[in-house]
Amino acid sequence: MSKKMPISVTVNGQTHDLLAEPRELLIYVLRERLDITGPHVGCETSHCGACTVLMDGKSVKACTVFAAQANGASITTVEGLGTPDSLHALQRSFREHHGLQCGYCTPGMITRAAKLLEENPTPTEAEVRFGMAGNLCRCTGYQNIVKSILAAADEMNAEQEVAE
Amino acid sequence: MIPTAFDYHRPTDLESVISLLETHGDEARVLAGGHSLIPMMKLRMADVGHLIDLQDVSGLQEVTVAGSQVTLGAMVTQHALIDHAELASVAPLIREAALEIADPQVRYMGTVGGNLANGDPGNDMPGIMQCLDASILLQGPEGERTVAARDYYEAAYMTERRDDEVLVSVRFEAPSGGHAYVKQKRKIGDYATAAAAVVLTRAGDAVGSASIAMTNLSDTPVWSEAAGRALIGSACDEAAVKAAVDAMLGDIEPYESNHGPVEFKRHAAASVLTRAIARAWERA
Ligand SMILES: Cc1cc2nc3c(=O)[nH]c(=O)nc-3n(C[C@H](O)[C@H](O)[C@H](O)COP(=O)(O)OP(=O)(O)OC[C@H]3O[C@@H](n4cnc5c(N)ncnc54)[C@H](O)[C@@H]3O)c2cc1C
Ligand code: FES
Ligand code: FES
Repeated sequence: MSKKMPISVTVNGQTHDLLAEPRELLIYVLRERLDITGPHVGCETSHCGACTVLMDGKSVKACTVFAAQANGASITTVEGLGTPDSLHALQRSFREHHGLQCGYCTPGMITRAAKLLEENPTPTEAEVRFGMAGNLCRCTGYQNIVKSILAAADEMNAEQEVAE
Repeated sequence: MIPTAFDYHRPTDLESVISLLETHGDEARVLAGGHSLIPMMKLRMADVGHLIDLQDVSGLQEVTVAGSQVTLGAMVTQHALIDHAELASVAPLIREAALEIADPQVRYMGTVGGNLANGDPGNDMPGIMQCLDASILLQGPEGERTVAARDYYEAAYMTERRDDEVLVSVRFEAPSGGHAYVKQKRKIGDYATAAAAVVLTRAGDAVGSASIAMTNLSDTPVWSEAAGRALIGSACDEAAVKAAVDAMLGDIEPYESNHGPVEFKRHAAASVLTRAIARAWERA
């Protein structure tokens, strides 16, 4: 055991102060200490993207970030994107277009897609596939995930136009 | 998958990093994006007593383009390389290669310095930097020194960098003419089965200059001087390309791995280089 260090992370707008060993992985800080269980553990080896969160504006795999590295960071998980009463456009779209089956990969998919659409609000299908390549799904065959993201992009752009 | 315990340091300047490296010797490692080191620590294949996080160290994050002189700070991420419009126009080979590395999430964290310092033969940037004849800037207790990328790699995970030195930046002259990076991999997020980096120039109807480097086909990247020489002065016709490929095949020493047996890798090496030369010539 090494010494614990004070860690402060802001998750979905709320700041948490805790003591953690530097080697703890961010995914376990979120899931086991803060009870934020949207991000999942799929492979634990940096491949599947089920653990994807936004950290200081980057899509990252939370199984490959030490707690110590995340000290001071601002993190968004799927819980921070929408609520059951007010779903994010991506969440509505995944439901409508059957972008999930078992749902295990879905929080990572949606969190990654949110960043992708922020950087590229009008992606082509090829750009969606390339931009989502760090997230694996064992159920859907991806077709409906891509469809959901493209439909959400259209909806978000239409909302944007109405707002302007 | 929890690594052994370590002490964590997050200094804000290079001098402090170097003095921590001096104090803790080979117990200490720097952490850049962590996307090679953390997986190794989780597998307990790397045992690190003191981890020195570079994320807050000033002066390592810059991309500088001054005419054709390009300098990339060690902590510039692969994502930032892709996103940099001026870099993409001056040295498009960098963007083409960065897009072939790992997957989107890994590219937000993985850095050019980490990719170069790591020494895994599968890393893509070492071959790119050998192709460009880049210089790697190291800083240690005795000050700065520069090592040519072509002299930097000794064996897998063995480089010219001493334990108490930090890789600060990499610098190169942006090439004129055509470029290509062609990487054969099994899926996105996979290391190369074989990859070829080519830059060449056109002099009239002939090849004026050519530089060729190969990735993951030996225990270091391979800059094949002979392959480049085989193209120079030729019309880049089939015979010249074949001569270049044959010369390259004489310089690589692939070993069997989960990417396939040796013969398959030699076959893949020949095809990626053939394609890369054609693409670079088209663009020259
Ligand atoms: C799923 C996955 C797929 C990947 N696919 C590819 C791929 O296709 N191609 C590819 O090239 N890479 C690939 N990578 C590796 C990735 O690009 C790494 O990020 C990169 O190799 C290392 O950069 P880093 O910043 O993460 O370094 P780290 O992991 O932090 O460090 C790697 C090593 O370099 C040392 N180091 C780092 N920075 C410095 C410095 N400035 N000075 C001295 N030493 C330093 C560290 O001490 C450590 O030993 C992949 C990784 C993953 C997880
Ligand atoms: S659990 Fe993190 S990438 Fe699979
Ligand atoms: S819906 Fe089951 S893994 Fe994607």
